Amino acid sequence: MTRPLIKVDNLSIHFGLGRRFFGQAPVLKAVDQVSLRIEKGAFFGLVGESGSGKTSLGRALLRAAPVTAGAITYDDGTVRYDVGGLRGSKLRDYRRCAQMIFQDPYAALSPRMTVRDIIAEPLEVMKLTRTRAETDARVREIAAKCRLNLEHLRRFPHAFSGGQRQRISIARALVCRPKFVVADESVAALDVSIQADILNLLKRLQRDLDLTILFISHDLSVVAHVCDHVAVMYHGKIMEQAPTRQLFSNPGHAYTRSLLSAIPSLDPDVPLRAQVYTGG
Amino acid sequence: MTAPLLSVRDLTVRFRTDEGLITAVENVSFELKPGEVLGLVGESGSGKSVTAKALMRLNPRNTRYGEASAIRLTPPGEDPIDVLALKREKEMKRVRGGAISMIFQEPMASFAPAITIGDQMVEQLRIHTSLTRAQARELSIEMLARTGIPQAARRFDQYAFELSGGMRQRAMIAMALSTRPRLLIADEPTTALDVTIQAQVIDLMKDLVREFGMGILFITHDLGVIAQTADRVAVMYLGRILEAGPVRSVIRTPAHAYTRGLINALPKLTDLDAPLTPIQGDIPSPLERPAGCVFHPRNPELAPGSRYEREVPPLTEVGPDHFAALFPEDVRRPS
Repeated sequence: MTRPLIKVDNLSIHFGLGRRFFGQAPVLKAVDQVSLRIEKGAFFGLVGESGSGKTSLGRALLRAAPVTAGAITYDDGTVRYDVGGLRGSKLRDYRRCAQMIFQDPYAALSPRMTVRDIIAEPLEVMKLTRTRAETDARVREIAAKCRLNLEHLRRFPHAFSGGQRQRISIARALVCRPKFVVADESVAALDVSIQADILNLLKRLQRDLDLTILFISHDLSVVAHVCDHVAVMYHGKIMEQAPTRQLFSNPGHAYTRSLLSAIPSLDPDVPLRAQVYTGG
Repeated sequence: MTAPLLSVRDLTVRFRTDEGLITAVENVSFELKPGEVLGLVGESGSGKSVTAKALMRLNPRNTRYGEASAIRLTPPGEDPIDVLALKREKEMKRVRGGAISMIFQEPMASFAPAITIGDQMVEQLRIHTSLTRAQARELSIEMLARTGIPQAARRFDQYAFELSGGMRQRAMIAMALSTRPRLLIADEPTTALDVTIQAQVIDLMKDLVREFGMGILFITHDLGVIAQTADRVAVMYLGRILEAGPVRSVIRTPAHAYTRGLINALPKLTDLDAPLTPIQGDIPSPLERPAGCVFHPRNPELAPGSRYEREVPPLTEVGPDHFAALFPEDVRRPS
């Protein structure tokens, strides 16, 4: 058993919903006392429907969402961070270790920057390289790994298709050589013929660069194919977590079963019989 | 033999832009019978939404229809409507919200935010029917209840933002069906919904076809949703239909490399070991439409210099009522 890279203990994220003159202001418990371990080198899937809290949880792991209670620890064997309390230069250091790949490759890239500048920006902001030549070398190296041509680097994002743009976003996230990456619905906006390509790319990068990935998705079929471990979230809580095969062949929780039953089969003779989950 | 409710012949749609004429749909033909669900499946840029909008003449002003294009709508017991010949806005009311209703992907964007659901339903009924305000209200509440919205009378007086995503989509279906359209166009109606809600909306739509007997043109990129809802399916790519036929036959025995590619790229829960095989290359920009078969640059099954690079293959019958854009010599007969 390898040791966890990310350890989450009793994490809660609550959002206040306005004030009340009398009594307690209502709170939305986006994440409610969640504990989980993400092993080093894992492709960890976090699935749930909209509003389940999966994005809030993913953002909290990058110190990008306010934590109400609980602890998040990052420990890669060399450095250790108590993520919840990070500020200032410590937080900047953590950003080198933990990065995010976003959902919408159209919104995530500045239309005014060349692809080279987009990928180079994290290196420059974090002052990870000393010379322009060094920056260029790093950009070219990661671009090649993400299957972008050198000729692509001089162009602007509008010249690219959705799949190519997502490869640019991935290169930007990985250029600072992070160890942990949160990919939030990173293939949800892509066409199916391209989606498979990006999933295969993520899988290969994870192996080649020794990454640990938290893959957030609403699509169980996608998660089943790329992740080795899956957690199912509902109303801020983790209902079930298990190795992928076990979860899909033998779902233990009624909510997981209802999610699986709602996926329309490609076989017209296997009719859709969605089980409704009612219980808490 | 039922006469087609909708017949689309050689539909070509181009947009005049600063960069020149862009072809969005090219020589698309299909028919739809009353009570039939036709799935139109395709990726972004395939022209599926442009095709649907042409049926209601909702495409923007810079739209140019091909000279041979014809869209004929024949509501049972009424005179046929030559949709592309409609000129004035007033005439278009016969198809817009009259014989045809449309539901969209994002129900939040389709309801006016500052008008109650009820007022919007009543307004369109007053335009398209001769119902009084009170009758329109009664029918609207009944339709909301029919689509499974609890406490329909209360929901009637609420605003779109007060409803959950699934409820909003139900309210939109209720609104679309309250005018008793002969044809319902559903453009990605479940794409923005969670799977559990999607399953409910699919069930609802199937029930409503049975009850009202209208035809549905169901547009989606999701082959699973098509398999569960459609009787027939047409697969579009870059503005052309590459394969069409009964849903079972197209999904089980896809004849075109593109359809096979789509199916192979799809992650399937029934086989977690199957590799995900992307279709090579990217969808070309609409300004760079390939000559010959639009799919040929991405088709791994073609040898260099094949006919498909120069000539557009016709839709050839590959099985009962099942067609694919292939030259006859490439049709594999099942052994």
